Amino acid sequence: MLDDLRKKLSSGDDLIKESLAKAKNDKLDAFVTIIEDAKTENNAAILSGIPYVSKDNFSTKGILSTASSASLKDYIPFFDATVIQKLKDAGAVNIGKTVMDELGMGGSGTTGHTGAVKNPWDNERITGGSSSGSCAAVASGIVPFALGSDTGDSIRKPASYCGVVGYKPTYGMISRYGLFPFASSLDHVGVITTSVKDAAEVAGVIKGKDENDMTSWDSSNINLTSNLTGKVQNKKLFYIKEICENNYQDILEETNSTLKLFSDNLDKIRALGITVEEISIDKDLLDAIYPAYFTIASAEATSNMANLTGLIFGPRGKGKTAEEMMFDHRTNGFSPLIKRRFIIGSYVLRAENIEKYLFNSARVRKMITSKISDLFKNYDGMVLPASLSPAPRLNEKLPDYLKTEQYLAIANFGGFPSITIPSGFVNNMPVGINITSDIKDDENLLNIAYSIEETLSFKNQTIKGGK
Amino acid sequence: MALKVVIGLEMHCELKTISKVFSKSKNEYNDLPNRVVGPVDMAFPGTLPLLNKEAVKNSIKMAMCLNCTIPEVLIFDRKNYFYPDLPKGYQITQNTSPIGVNGKIEVEVGDELIPITIHDIHLEEDTASLDHYFDYSLIDYNRAGVPLLEIVTDPCIYSPDTAVAFLEHLRNIYKYTGASDADTKKGQIRCDVNVSLMEEGSNVLGTKVEVKNVNSFSNVHAAILYEIDRQTKLIESGCQDEIIQETRRWDDETLSTVRMREKVESVDYKYYVDPNIPKIKIDKKWLDEIKKEIPMLPLERKKLYIEKYNLPAYDAGVIIKTKENSDYFEECLNLGIDPKEAANWITSQIMGYLNKYNLEINEFYLTPQRLFKIIEPLNKGEISSKQAKELFFKVLEDEDEPEVLIKKYGMKQLDNDDELNKIITTILNNNKTQVEGYKAGKTNMFDYFVGQVMKETKGKANPVKVKEILLKNLV
Repeated sequence: MLDDLRKKLSSGDDLIKESLAKAKNDKLDAFVTIIEDAKTENNAAILSGIPYVSKDNFSTKGILSTASSASLKDYIPFFDATVIQKLKDAGAVNIGKTVMDELGMGGSGTTGHTGAVKNPWDNERITGGSSSGSCAAVASGIVPFALGSDTGDSIRKPASYCGVVGYKPTYGMISRYGLFPFASSLDHVGVITTSVKDAAEVAGVIKGKDENDMTSWDSSNINLTSNLTGKVQNKKLFYIKEICENNYQDILEETNSTLKLFSDNLDKIRALGITVEEISIDKDLLDAIYPAYFTIASAEATSNMANLTGLIFGPRGKGKTAEEMMFDHRTNGFSPLIKRRFIIGSYVLRAENIEKYLFNSARVRKMITSKISDLFKNYDGMVLPASLSPAPRLNEKLPDYLKTEQYLAIANFGGFPSITIPSGFVNNMPVGINITSDIKDDENLLNIAYSIEETLSFKNQTIKGGK
Repeated sequence: MALKVVIGLEMHCELKTISKVFSKSKNEYNDLPNRVVGPVDMAFPGTLPLLNKEAVKNSIKMAMCLNCTIPEVLIFDRKNYFYPDLPKGYQITQNTSPIGVNGKIEVEVGDELIPITIHDIHLEEDTASLDHYFDYSLIDYNRAGVPLLEIVTDPCIYSPDTAVAFLEHLRNIYKYTGASDADTKKGQIRCDVNVSLMEEGSNVLGTKVEVKNVNSFSNVHAAILYEIDRQTKLIESGCQDEIIQETRRWDDETLSTVRMREKVESVDYKYYVDPNIPKIKIDKKWLDEIKKEIPMLPLERKKLYIEKYNLPAYDAGVIIKTKENSDYFEECLNLGIDPKEAANWITSQIMGYLNKYNLEINEFYLTPQRLFKIIEPLNKGEISSKQAKELFFKVLEDEDEPEVLIKKYGMKQLDNDDELNKIITTILNNNKTQVEGYKAGKTNMFDYFVGQVMKETKGKANPVKVKEILLKNLV
């Protein structure tokens, strides 16, 4: 899509104005802030004149950044996140900050302080989250790309629900400086686009070692766009039997259809010359992903968000002492869901509990990661349905297997690069397919995704959303 | 029953670095609040820690000086608690694998060398400082993120004198290595003191009381004495149970320790490894380089001065008291000044002057080079020792070079035979009675004649020559 937009640009179109107009017309409640005075500053760079939106958990200089939390409802940062700066340098123009699940904690898009984000394909359905507004804005054609963040599946699952591409590169390839942290060891910055090539191009612009992020590394020898050859003969993928077979308890018809579609798509993938094999992994280990993820993420979140006291930034709490002010701020600043996570996080970090909960969760994380890493010695990647159903309806009562669906977090556990691309429809709702590869094997991953995208033909898919 | 005090110390010292331990903000003392502060220090959302290599290096130096085991991998942990002086809501510190463990060092107390074992040394960040007023408090973030090294001893110290000697020794090592300015006046050192009493001969430790945030060594001494007294009285009056595990603080005004909180209600710090700082392998080569940078430490120097240069133990002790003094002394030796002579000048004239005017030797105008220019003519007999002392003060007064001042004030020693002969003849002619007395056996009159010559020449006469000529004339 970026290439088409550049043609429009050269014929004199003002894409920024167009995007701003669309954003103002947004009926999905995707925006916390629309940057009305956004305009092209840099005319000579690779993304010059291209509009985009960023999730509201990126620090944007002079622009409200709330992470969709009342605790930050008036916070205007005085510095740009590294990725925001890199996009600025590349000429891209941020036209809005998008709604997310509060502080990144949630997968529905319904918990932000400005209200639920609606799915552009069916406004009665959720977008998923936590990069909800970013996925909705790209899916509804407001902007060609968006910045998101992914701690458990926060880019890749809403991308599936919204029918767009969601890519998070290997951990540390993109700087996290300026990303409001959820769980630092799992947090990834990533992109949402309508094509694999666009994802590769934008990720290529924002990646790189950052002196402000000690976990970032030098990826100058990795060129994300140059390997999109479509040559995938003899590539090998595996899928996990226990995830892809339809024997879930209280299984929904939509899940059956999603799995059927996945199976059909595997045949199309095989037709490209790619070998796809079934792998079996201990069900107990797979079932441990959700609690392990929840434990680690909650523990890190509790600590990461202890800076939200209202003393330095955010609304000042009431009280006579600093302690009372912090107490008041944290009582009123967070929804009950967030407080629940903090309490669980605190609980698992307690000296008497840490071994049983946090360290055991870390062991599960390590077991899964090494199991998958071992498989990557023989396979180019793992292919799975990006979600076990299309987007659920708002307030739909979900069966347990969907409530605890967290297997995409395997890629966060191991820092593996992972991408969701649209793969078809169930009940007229988009669903995606997810491919995950070994760390630093992003070039290979993107090329495989690029080939699969060609054969599934949902490239550049958008829908004019909102009733 | 005889009671014995058991003391454990935790000494916090701010390290000397250009920037803070996890941010690019300057690490410098500033009287104006909130001047050396950046987004990382105030924990603005999205900021990340950046480990300062120099702070790690200084910590490793101290770990080496205290003969600690240094881990292969650097790990930092988060200590989680809410307090208004802690912007992140957690302090980055080391719990899993401190930068030094199981150290051992000997400390000189009087004539004795007392071994002290180090439990661990860990690198962490300092908090902001709070100023409390009647109905509000102010927060100064200048100190937030300043590198802080905490040295924790085992409960292995048995007297307040040893405790203070240990702290002074550590402060000295900080200064010798340059790891810190270790300036208590700037609040760079703070101590927590753990005091318990146990029965002599027993091996069961008594209940430990922690006195937190003691900011001077004399207060450490006083706090220990106060706790010994308080706890002894409780034990002797049968109220042993009233000694509970608790945290107290030293109160400067009442000169006593005051309860802060009981340990039972103490917070669980929920330590866990900070995911933002990758585990860093410590390079063996780097350790070797750091080791080479550590200068000879005070006790080693003292030994050298006594054994090699034959200095009295007292003089050697005075000279090693600070690295600057010791370096001054060694610079004198490099210039060829005799060790004993250098030591004499330093311990008497120089120390006297510095103490009188409250100066440090590194801001002292009279450098070893200038001292050399005073001692050289003295030893050549060009000036007298009285003149040398005068010259010493003139150099400091006029802030000019010794050779210039020798000329300016005519500080030539008078050793011209003819001139001295003339002066002596006149003196002897004017003191006929005394000369008679001398000749009659009053030999102590000789010193009187010398004195007269010195008076006449204003101390410039070469005393050796004066004696020679006097002897000849008095035959």
